[in-house]
Amino acid sequence: MTAVGYIAGGVALLASLLAVTRRNAIHGALYLVLSLLAVALVFFVLGAPFVAALEVIVYAGAIMVLFVFVVMMLNLGRASEAQESVWTSPRTWTGPALLALVLAAELVWVLARGGAATAPPRPGVPVPAVGAALFGPYALAVEVASFLLLAALVGVFHLGHRGSADGDAGAGED
Amino acid sequence: MPLEHTLILAGALFAIGLAGVLARRNVFFILMGIEIMLNAAGLAFVAAGAHWGRPDGQVMFIFILAVAAAEVAVGLALLLRFYRARRTVDADAADRLRG
Repeated sequence: MTAVGYIAGGVALLASLLAVTRRNAIHGALYLVLSLLAVALVFFVLGAPFVAALEVIVYAGAIMVLFVFVVMMLNLGRASEAQESVWTSPRTWTGPALLALVLAAELVWVLARGGAATAPPRPGVPVPAVGAALFGPYALAVEVASFLLLAALVGVFHLGHRGSADGDAGAGED
Repeated sequence: MPLEHTLILAGALFAIGLAGVLARRNVFFILMGIEIMLNAAGLAFVAAGAHWGRPDGQVMFIFILAVAAAEVAVGLALLLRFYRARRTVDADAADRLRG
């Protein structure tokens, strides 16, 4: 089981390195999703399945969808149109596909060993303890985090507002 | 996995993210580097929590997750505004405050 963690860590390192060195934003986002999935596997090996699920759902799911939406909205002109033809060539997706294949092979290997799928690899910290800590000693921090998210929501709404905000956008542009 | 090896992995991931933030001029990749750095910090917290058998590491990871979500939402909204004003995603185009 430890070998699974080491391989996943290697995949995370490689995918992160490729993510920050790509020229195309979408390629970088693809590698970043892969890196987050690999780190989620490391979390699982460490005995934190709840955090691993959160990593997949919130990071690789919600946050990366935001990134992809912004790439779509920016639509960087003719350069992106030229890339559209390159998009479907195998060269662009072999790298992420190969790294994802490593993770898939690990999954098949773990499942084939039997028993590992139903029980966590090591006892780890039980999820109820995490919830009890979150709403016990950390209750104030949870409230502060909710304030932070509310502030981000209001700020993003203000920044993204097109109508009245265009006035001061022009002022910043001058 | 022993704690030391996971911390080495977290440190290497953080260094990669930092290199991305420092070396890239595309705002998009700078935000990606910040994501990698936050994720590496979360990995260190979870690894330490697993090593000592305490739930605090996972609690801190959940807070890091909230901070990352807020950060990326505001960052991408600023990126959209920046692109609307400057027609580019090059961070060097935002040099009006340079002395």
